[in-house]
Amino acid sequence: MTVFYEIMQATLVAAIPLLIVALGGLFAERSGVTNIALEGLMLFGGFFGIWGVQLLERNTELPVQIIYLLAMLIGATAGMLFSMLHAYASIYMNSDQIISATALNIFALAFVVFVARTTQVRADGTPTGGLQIIFRSRFIIREFPVLSRIPVIGDIFFKQMYISLFVGLVIFIATWVIISRTRFGLRIRACGENPHAADSLGINIYRIRFIAVMLSGALAGIGGVQFVANTSTEYAANMVGFGFLAIAVLIFGNWRPPRILFAAMFFGVMRVLGQYYVRIPFLASLGIPAPFFRMTPYIATLFVLALFSKSSKAPKALGQIYDQGKR
Amino acid sequence: MWTSLGSTCLVKSGVMRMPKINIKPILSGIRRVAVKTHRVIRPMLSASGRAFKRALIRTQPSLIAVAIGILAGIIVMLIFEPNMMLWGLSRLVMGGFNMGMNSFGTMLHQSMTIILTGLAVVFAFRTGLFNIGASGQMMIAAYVTVHIGIRWSMPAPYHWIVGIALGTLAGALYGMIPGLLKAFRNVNEVVSSIMLNWIAANLLVWLIGQYVLSVSGGHSANLKPTALLPYLGRGLFNNSQLTVGFLIAVAMAFFIHMILYKTTLGFQLRASGFSMEGSKYAGMNTKRNIVLAMTISGALAGLAGSLLYSTWGRTIPRTVAVFREGFEGISVALLGLGEPIGALIAGIFLSHIKMGGYYMQPHFKPEIADMIIGVIIYSTAIALGLQIVLKRYRERIKNYLKARKAKKEGAQ
Repeated sequence: MTVFYEIMQATLVAAIPLLIVALGGLFAERSGVTNIALEGLMLFGGFFGIWGVQLLERNTELPVQIIYLLAMLIGATAGMLFSMLHAYASIYMNSDQIISATALNIFALAFVVFVARTTQVRADGTPTGGLQIIFRSRFIIREFPVLSRIPVIGDIFFKQMYISLFVGLVIFIATWVIISRTRFGLRIRACGENPHAADSLGINIYRIRFIAVMLSGALAGIGGVQFVANTSTEYAANMVGFGFLAIAVLIFGNWRPPRILFAAMFFGVMRVLGQYYVRIPFLASLGIPAPFFRMTPYIATLFVLALFSKSSKAPKALGQIYDQGKR
Repeated sequence: MWTSLGSTCLVKSGVMRMPKINIKPILSGIRRVAVKTHRVIRPMLSASGRAFKRALIRTQPSLIAVAIGILAGIIVMLIFEPNMMLWGLSRLVMGGFNMGMNSFGTMLHQSMTIILTGLAVVFAFRTGLFNIGASGQMMIAAYVTVHIGIRWSMPAPYHWIVGIALGTLAGALYGMIPGLLKAFRNVNEVVSSIMLNWIAANLLVWLIGQYVLSVSGGHSANLKPTALLPYLGRGLFNNSQLTVGFLIAVAMAFFIHMILYKTTLGFQLRASGFSMEGSKYAGMNTKRNIVLAMTISGALAGLAGSLLYSTWGRTIPRTVAVFREGFEGISVALLGLGEPIGALIAGIFLSHIKMGGYYMQPHFKPEIADMIIGVIIYSTAIALGLQIVLKRYRERIKNYLKARKAKKEGAQ
């Protein structure tokens, strides 16, 4: 049973950043803007967030969890500002959305490595010259006071857990409500499905899309901070393809929040099984090597795309440049 | 014409004394030749002038983008170390010429890979497809080449030829998958290519660990000497890494140009790129064209991977990471305006910038070059919109000046 709990905990830790970034992608894509810059946005947001952690823990006496929350806030702001470049290019400058996003991905990686190598100093002030941002704080919460004593649920959700889980759940519920229950969400969806019709009803397509892309940048920034803070002790300018995996989650989840949650959990399990399969007798006897578990999400996404493209609920105007004069 | 006219004028005005020989037939002969050459050359000159002008207009977005990129580099330098800015800028602009022929050779060697991935992106682009999966195709091809180079035994020229040929084939087959998915299941090739990139990255980790691991265990082993590409002009380029692969890349650029512009297949592919519906209506087999375009694109990316990894000392790291040269191919294709020859020039230029970044050490970290490249791509993406904005501003300034002038005149 302990293995089961460990896997569940690890899955949640892996799946939550994935879920948050995928929800960020959801905002952008439902408004009609493809965002394959999620990886770059994660890098960028994560960089500033973790840098913030390092500065806060060196210069202040704040409690660890407060530092974590502040780091997420910094990451969100950084990601949001950076995503404005993508929004500006693809919404106002009529550029190809794939191209501007690729430019962001390339720039983000170069930027974070350059800045880290130029500015990183050890605690005593000597420059490191390396690209890693090392932080001392450990954000894991071993056991929540009362809640961890609840059978099963307490073992899964309230032991060896990060506050990112609860941040992620709040974001999930908020996104779901915003997208499907509010006027703003309806407008986002209208921009993605039929921008001309929306425009004729007096909605400012440009503004709605701009805000949607900014939201996606903010969420990707939070995801980037969480990914590094939960799985590592240093920021090493590598998101191991999490941003692209989030796009897979989004597609696998058919652009609908509940299914995205399911997809994120599924992909999280697949990622975790790559590390834990040796300890599960059944899987160990199958002899499938770890890389194949990690490959599964991508292959599954390809199959979903190939088999169910007819029932795909992709936004109709996804990836198209909005041109008011075109009908 | 002018010379003959001039001399007749001089003679008639009496400045030049007429010699006693009969000059008239000679003069008329000169005149006839002059008129004839004039008739031939004048349209050629004006045509080349027009072509130059047209080329300038066409390359304008790229030139603007490069200018913005270098400007961004200058700003970054000013922020981090202002007093080394001029030094850094000169190092950046000197690029591959910083350390003489050796660095020049290294620059050409580095350009080989991105020229080929750039060509891969261009080829798909011309058919209206976006091959963001050049990285994945490259990785599969690189692995096949490395596998053959380590585990097979053959005499020298055949070994590397077979390795590269089969590697290219593997790349082509891997590129075919998104083509098939697009043609028959209408799956967006960008998304499927991204998935295939990461499938390749994970697959490679396992394959390297299983078959071609080096003794230290962190990366693939070294290739057998028979599997290595021969060097190109070691004496001339002062022992740089340059191999014959560079020549293959240059030849490929011209070859792809020929395919695109001089063959029926190229015409069909470009027609699909202009309008998928239109070419279908004209009776072209668009499904076949999509698959073919992606396959050839994959082959080009595969060739890039194969050539790169049959160089001495090059090993594939055993980490889950996507080769970045595939994404750099996108930059090359964009900067090269989607033309094969443009990709050749842009590939050399970008590797020039990268070498410049390398030689900007120790005052600046080499990643500054990648930042500049990122800014360049971003600027090419917005270049069209930017040109419109610039034009609008120019007109606005003109109008403002005109209005001021009119005001002044009115006041007087």
